Amino acid sequence: MLSVAGALALWEVVSRTGLISQTDLPAMSTTFQKLWSLMQGGDFWAAFARTVRGWALGLAVATALAVPIGIFLGSNDFANRAFRVPIEFLRPIPSAALIPLLFLTLGTTLKSEVFLAAFGAFWPLLIQTIYGVRDVDPLAVDTGRSFRLGRFERLYRITLPSSVPYIATGLRISSTVSLILAFTAELFMGVPGLGQKVNFAQAYGLEDELFAYAVATGFLGLAIHLAMSALERRALRWHPSQRTGTA
Amino acid sequence: MNRRGYEALAVGAEIAVPVALLAAWQLWTVHAGSQYFPRLSTIVVEFRHMWLFSQFGEHVVPSLERIGLGFAIAVVVGIALGIPLGLSRWARLWAMPHIEYWRAMPPPALLPISVVLLHSIGNVQKVSFIAFFCLFPVLLNTIDGVRGIDPTLLDTARSYGLRGFDRIRRIILPAALPQIAAGMRNSLSLAVIMMVLSEYFSSTSGVGYVLLISKNTFQLAPMWAAILLIGLLGYLLNLLFILAERRLLAWHRGWRAATAG
Amino acid sequence: MAPGLAGGDGRLMLEIKGLGKTYGAGDKLTNAIADVSFSVGDGEFVCVVGPSGCGKTTLLKCAAGLLRPTRGEVLLRGRRVTAPPEELALVFQEYSRSLMPWASVRNNVRLPLRHKKLSAGERTRLVEESLDAVGLTRFIDHFPWQLSGGMQQRVAIARALAYQPSVLLMDEPFASVDAQTRSDLEDLTLRVREEYGITILFVTHDIDESIYLGDRVVVLTHSPTHVKEIVGVGLPRPRDQIATKELPEFAHLRAHVYRLIKREQEAPQSLVPA
Repeated sequence: MLSVAGALALWEVVSRTGLISQTDLPAMSTTFQKLWSLMQGGDFWAAFARTVRGWALGLAVATALAVPIGIFLGSNDFANRAFRVPIEFLRPIPSAALIPLLFLTLGTTLKSEVFLAAFGAFWPLLIQTIYGVRDVDPLAVDTGRSFRLGRFERLYRITLPSSVPYIATGLRISSTVSLILAFTAELFMGVPGLGQKVNFAQAYGLEDELFAYAVATGFLGLAIHLAMSALERRALRWHPSQRTGTA
Repeated sequence: MNRRGYEALAVGAEIAVPVALLAAWQLWTVHAGSQYFPRLSTIVVEFRHMWLFSQFGEHVVPSLERIGLGFAIAVVVGIALGIPLGLSRWARLWAMPHIEYWRAMPPPALLPISVVLLHSIGNVQKVSFIAFFCLFPVLLNTIDGVRGIDPTLLDTARSYGLRGFDRIRRIILPAALPQIAAGMRNSLSLAVIMMVLSEYFSSTSGVGYVLLISKNTFQLAPMWAAILLIGLLGYLLNLLFILAERRLLAWHRGWRAATAG
Repeated sequence: MAPGLAGGDGRLMLEIKGLGKTYGAGDKLTNAIADVSFSVGDGEFVCVVGPSGCGKTTLLKCAAGLLRPTRGEVLLRGRRVTAPPEELALVFQEYSRSLMPWASVRNNVRLPLRHKKLSAGERTRLVEESLDAVGLTRFIDHFPWQLSGGMQQRVAIARALAYQPSVLLMDEPFASVDAQTRSDLEDLTLRVREEYGITILFVTHDIDESIYLGDRVVVLTHSPTHVKEIVGVGLPRPRDQIATKELPEFAHLRAHVYRLIKREQEAPQSLVPA
């Protein structure tokens, strides 16, 4: 806590003493004042809500696609091998590269934002799901078979629960990616939201606003990260790698 | 179906599926005739025309330079900071709030600020931007790697009088290296993304810039060629890294295999 | 009077005086060691045995300078031990975790020699000699994880030997190897002691081993730990796995130590230091 206070104080000093001119780096107090006043107005919250909406929808779409496909590819060796090459090639494509294409085709709408966020969030989640399904203890699966559980029941009762920790990790990574891309869509394409506000502030030379929105975005990112990490930890609790007992 | 039959079929699928997807792509773009989705054949021609090699030096080289420099700085700083932080609980107490905040910050939020603070859209601004965000995977993984070193190994080092820089060089760094390498791999793919974002936002050269320009001038084929190049770049860099990792960390694989029993 | 001092002039090499080690505070206070005192003469082989959990490893770590004792002190040649002293080498029980997996056997043994003022040639000589002494010359360029458990422990011993210590501390070094390998390693330790004239403090839970190897056996009590008895082992040297263990004296000593420990394990644990 102390160190955070220390850093904030440093910011204030650096800016006020003109070490970095105040036009470039607004003082900490000014920034937070600006942020506070912005937060009083509905405009801020509207933008905030839009960004959250874009993030959430992107993540939801990605999850709805990645988890089923991941389960399928993870449990079916043939399909996994067949699609391995395309996945390896499509994975590294930075979603950012698609910005101009989306701008031209879908325009500055929520659809663009959600598509971009979903595209980016899809891959880490897919990989993690596949990994989780494949990492199921074969002994557990065999036990299920010896009890004559049908294919789908085995999937539902054995494979899925044991892949939950991996899926949780995938969700944490994907949620970060989704936020970044939602914000990117707003910044670069002008889709309404926090990113758009940042863009405006920069275009009109409103430094305090620029920094205020950036700080706010940082806190949103932090909140999402902490929430998802907590979720991940809960899901991981029973997993052998997390047990601290006898090795 | 017997083992060999299955194997043959699987290999067949591994080849057939990508080919089929590409063929489907070509067919669809021909059929759809949309200006936004030029024919795959057109894109390929454009790709060869642009990147091999007329615009290579003008755009690809600067982009690679920025990635290379940004990544290198991130790695050096990440390891240099990560090792002391990994070793000292007290230092971690101080540093972690800051690290947690910045690693969660969406990088694009800082793009305008980086331009404003550094008063430029030149290489310094881009490399700093790339280096800053690529720092975190390396830093966090270094900290984890150092913390996870077997205490018996550390006790052994201590009992033989190994201290300070010597200890770091001979015991801590090699022991944490597998984990650090994982962080570096993440950092590298992050570097490609950061490069694209920063060049798209504010640049006069580079692959990201080409992306922007082709959008503004409504040239779809070059735009797609740029997209393909970026994907290829990410793929190749990742491949190179994995190959290098395999050579340097060969001992690690052998060791894991042996201790897994 | 301490019988069976081998070599040296009866000088005391290692003295442990009133050693006590406590962990935690308040309710969680654990008295690992209450009050342990004994000494080891120059060139002696002293074994330490005791019921499980009596803090044998803690004792050794304090002697090695890896842990700071809460009470009492450890003296090496009359000087207080506060940090790992240069003349002392420690062989851990978990050998596989104490060897560097990224380095060859040669480099593992070489590492501790780095900061000793020796020429490169001398270092090489020491490394090769000590690996020869433990019989691993053939594997000098292998990686530790390519070797069996017993061989890895031999690498750890070679590493300690190359370091040229005056005192060797060994913490249940053969507990994790099979019986056959253990006898080989025990004999190796005895041979090495003869050749290099080192003083050895050897912790074990194996009573037979302690009598087979030692000049004296220090028997510890359970928590709160102190020295119950120091048993002199007057068996003739050189020791032999078959001949020595056939001697009636061996059986008597063995039974004696066994009874001491059994009584310890059955006695109620007292919370008040003796």
